[in-house]
Amino acid sequence: MFLLPALIINAAIILIPGLLTLAMAFCEWDGASAPSFVGLDNFRTIFADPVFFSALFNNVKWTLIFLTIPIAMGLVAAALLLVAKRGRTFFQVVYFLPVIIATVVVARVWQGMIYNPESGIVGWLKIYGLNLADPLTQPPTALYAVASVDLWHWWGFLAVIFFAAFRQVDAAQIEAAVIDGASFFQLLRFVLVPAIRPTITLMMIMTIIWSFLAFDFVYVLTQGGPAYASEVLSTLSYRYAFYNYTMGPAAAVALVICFFGLIATFFYVRVQQKEER
Amino acid sequence: MNQNLGRGTLLAAYVILAVAAVIALFPLSLMLISSVKKSTEIVANPLALPSALQWTNFVRAWTDAQLGRSLLNSAETTGFAVVLICSTCSLAAYALARGVGPGLRWVSAYFLGTTTLPIQLYLFPLYFGFAHLGLIDNVFALSLVYTAVFSPFAIFLLRTYFLAIPKELEEAAVIDGANRWQVFTRVLLPLVSPGILTVALISGLNIWNEFLISSTFLQSHDQQTAVVRFYTLGGQYSSDWGEIMAAAIIIVAPAVGFFLLMQRRFIQGMAAGSVKG
Repeated sequence: MFLLPALIINAAIILIPGLLTLAMAFCEWDGASAPSFVGLDNFRTIFADPVFFSALFNNVKWTLIFLTIPIAMGLVAAALLLVAKRGRTFFQVVYFLPVIIATVVVARVWQGMIYNPESGIVGWLKIYGLNLADPLTQPPTALYAVASVDLWHWWGFLAVIFFAAFRQVDAAQIEAAVIDGASFFQLLRFVLVPAIRPTITLMMIMTIIWSFLAFDFVYVLTQGGPAYASEVLSTLSYRYAFYNYTMGPAAAVALVICFFGLIATFFYVRVQQKEER
Repeated sequence: MNQNLGRGTLLAAYVILAVAAVIALFPLSLMLISSVKKSTEIVANPLALPSALQWTNFVRAWTDAQLGRSLLNSAETTGFAVVLICSTCSLAAYALARGVGPGLRWVSAYFLGTTTLPIQLYLFPLYFGFAHLGLIDNVFALSLVYTAVFSPFAIFLLRTYFLAIPKELEEAAVIDGANRWQVFTRVLLPLVSPGILTVALISGLNIWNEFLISSTFLQSHDQQTAVVRFYTLGGQYSSDWGEIMAAAIIIVAPAVGFFLLMQRRFIQGMAAGSVKG
């Protein structure tokens, strides 16, 4: 009985529409007329769309970027916080500040104040003879420019999480390593990281899931452009649905995103079971 | 351990931590400085301090964008959703913490599973369903969507609080003649209130900042949330960045204020729930 209110709301908002999307992936629908069953046509449509594969590849790049750079930054910063006892709280608050700022605001600050060739840092560099274009408008750099913004927004979260995990590590173990003459990086590599491996694994799996869900920064900064250079699966799905009014392919792309989420969840459950044993 | 790692290491640690802090604060200080500069000053040198404080940027942001109205919409949506989340999820968390049986394991698995789903999986049918029922531009309907989206996080966080309460406490209350509902409201809820506060803060922050769902379901000018209104403010190049940054400050201020007041609770809650902002 106590479960019912939460379950009913959840089923009405997520489960039932989710199942409808599952059905819609096999139908043709423009959002207005009656849907008709078309079998696997929607999947043929998206697999024939070159943008689908570039978007998928962009998600893979995005995943690789976020599996390495912010996790490495977070681990190093967290370990340094362990060494530097004074000012810990200050640094944690500062690193966490970008995390709590709305993505749209973060995106506009970077767009206007940093990347913009007139009002931003990129424009200001012209005084020093560095003639850069807005990296968001150049196909080779657009995806990385967007990822950099998300990276700035995100890494502090990992630093704070890893620091919380490091503090649970047995202090005697750390001191023994230091007395044995371990350098900072040896300490990180051989004592700290192995001790919090479960936390790191969890964060990596969540990173994979979140990387395939990435939407806000891409949508606000480039809308997937220029020329689909920064398109990811979630923005492609949104484009199919609300720009082209083709619900079938939009649903098919959503299912592809789910597929990657499922794989990551599968590994997560496997890892958890391994640890329990 | 600091002596053993050496003074050099400690110095290097502080230098790196300080550099990271500068990276985190740099875009935010650009936002702050630019919000009180003329746009011609921003274009001339984005890094320079303003010649005179342009408070008119804030006045114009407030009146041009009608931020007051949209902030009220944000507050209403966030308020409704937070109340719904805290009430339905504390009930559900209690049921999951105390109940036994395979059914409940499936419910847990279902809630956990929904956190890995892309919003695009249920957004499109939900949008057309809401449009059919006349629920577009309805703040309460939007808060129902948020309730569903944030309920898994809230349930799992609150469940740990309920699990920490000894069963004997409930049994004693039952012996004293309390029924299950009275036990829940009079004995358990006061004990889990720190957890409820954490859930309210984290989900409130995320809903205040949320973009994709609110931009889809609140479309008319009068109903938009602050973040969506902010998004419509900036065109790519012909923008008045001073005014936009002033609007950014107004939107970000409540979130930052809450965070600085209760940063420990924010950080703990985000760490426990692993919510991607």
